[in-house]
Amino acid sequence: MNIIETNKLNLWYGAFQALINVNLNVAQNKITALIGPSGCGKSTLLRVFNRMNDLIEGVRIEGSVKLNGQETLGAETDLIELRKRVGLVFQRPNPFPLSIFENVVYGLRIHGIRNKRALEAAAEKALASVLLFDELKDDLGMNALHLSLEQQQRLCIARLLAVTPEIVLMDEPCSALDPLATMRIEELMIELKKHYSIVIVTHNMQQAARISDDCGYMLLGELVEFAGTKQIFTAPRDKRTEDYITGRFG
Amino acid sequence: MIDAREHFQKELQKLNDLILKMGGMVEKSIFRSVEALKKNNPKLAKEVIDEDETIDRIELEVDDLCLELLATQQPMAIDLRFITTGMRIGSDLERIGDLAVDIAQRAEELAKLPLLKPLEDIPKMAELAEQMVHKALDSFVKRDATLARTLWTDETKADSYRNLVSDELTDIMTKDPVTTPRALPLILIARHLERISDHATNIAEDVVYMVEGKVIKHGPK
Repeated sequence: MNIIETNKLNLWYGAFQALINVNLNVAQNKITALIGPSGCGKSTLLRVFNRMNDLIEGVRIEGSVKLNGQETLGAETDLIELRKRVGLVFQRPNPFPLSIFENVVYGLRIHGIRNKRALEAAAEKALASVLLFDELKDDLGMNALHLSLEQQQRLCIARLLAVTPEIVLMDEPCSALDPLATMRIEELMIELKKHYSIVIVTHNMQQAARISDDCGYMLLGELVEFAGTKQIFTAPRDKRTEDYITGRFG
Repeated sequence: MIDAREHFQKELQKLNDLILKMGGMVEKSIFRSVEALKKNNPKLAKEVIDEDETIDRIELEVDDLCLELLATQQPMAIDLRFITTGMRIGSDLERIGDLAVDIAQRAEELAKLPLLKPLEDIPKMAELAEQMVHKALDSFVKRDATLARTLWTDETKADSYRNLVSDELTDIMTKDPVTTPRALPLILIARHLERISDHATNIAEDVVYMVEGKVIKHGPK
C-alpha cells in the first residue's frame, strides 16, 4: 500500500522548473530514499509533501500529491494538520532551547494537549522509540542543547513522533553526524519503519543503499528511475542512474 | 544503545544460515547417492537427482544475498571476506550437489546390471568425501583455520583412493572387456568422489582466507 502518491507533479520557482512530471509512490512501512546530484529537486520534492515550499515566494505547483489517498495540494488543506501528519527531520538537529521534556511535548502542547499524565506518557513513548528514554529518563529537565549532536537528532525525531505523524521525512538527517553516530541513526531508522513510513533525501548514496527499501534517482527535476534499492544498486535500468551510482556522472 | 550495524549483522547471519542449510542438503545427497549404489536402489538415486533442484535454488539465493550485501552495505574487512567466501562456498556446494547427482545417475545405470564385485573402497571414499565436506563447513561455522588445514591431508587420501579404484577396475576391464559396462561407471564414481573432495578442499582454502586474510590457493599451504 502507498502512503504517498504523486501524479504529474510539476513545480516552478518563478520561471525555473524544479520538478518535472514526477510520478512517485511511497510505500507504507518502508524507507524510500531519494538520491541525485545537488539541485536535482530531491529536497524540493520532499518539501512538497508537507507544503514547506508554500513559504517560498513565486512557487507554482501543478499535479497531484495524495497522502493516504487524500489530496494535499488544494487550498483547503489545513497546513498545521498536514505538518502534523507529515513530520520533517532537518539536516542539523534543531532542538528548541528548552528542556528535553518540553522539546518532546512541544507539538502536543501546540495541538492543545494539557494533561500532565498524557504529556508524560507521550514523552516516554516518543523517547523510547528513539532509544533515548533509558539514557535520559533522569535528566528530562536538562536543556536539550547540552545533548550530543546524535542525541539532539534523536530528540528531534522523538519530538515529531510525539504527534504521531503518518510519515516521517528526513532531509540529510546524518550530515552533521560522525560515521558511528550516522550508523546508529540508520539503525534507528530501520527500527522506526516497523511503525512509520520514511522518506529520506541524502547526498550519501551509500547511506541510501544501506538503509532504503526503495530508491529514486533524480536528475534536473526528473525522477529518472524509481525501483527497489537492490535493483537500483545492482542492475539499474536507466543508463543515467548507472552513470551516477558508478561515479561516471559529470 | 543499539549496535551500530545490528541490521547488517542479521543479514550476515542469514547468509551463514543459508550456506549451512545448503551444506546440510549437499552432505545428505552424497550419502544417499552412495547408499543408492550400495543398496542397488534406483528409487533413492532418483530422489537425489530430483532434490538437486532445491540445492540449485539455494545457491541462487546465496548469490543474490551476497550481491545485495556487496552492493548496498559496503562491507569491510572480515565482513567483506565473509561475503566473498560465502559466494564461493555456495558455488562449490552447488558443484558438489551436481557430482552427487552424477553418482546417483551411475547408480541408476548399475542397478540394471549384475554387481561386478562387492564394493570396498568406494564406500570408504564416499565416507571420506562426506567427512571432508562436513569438516570444511564446520571450519566455516567456527571460523577455524586450523581445522580447515586438516583437509589437505584428507585430499591426498582421496587422490590415493581414486588411483587405487581406478587401477583395480582398469585391470579387471583389461583382462575381461565384457565387464566394461559395469566397471566404467565405478571408475567414474571414484572420479566424482575425488572431485567432491577437491571442492571441499576449495571451501577449506576459502575459510583460511576468510579467517586469516591469507590467500593459500595455488601455492604452499
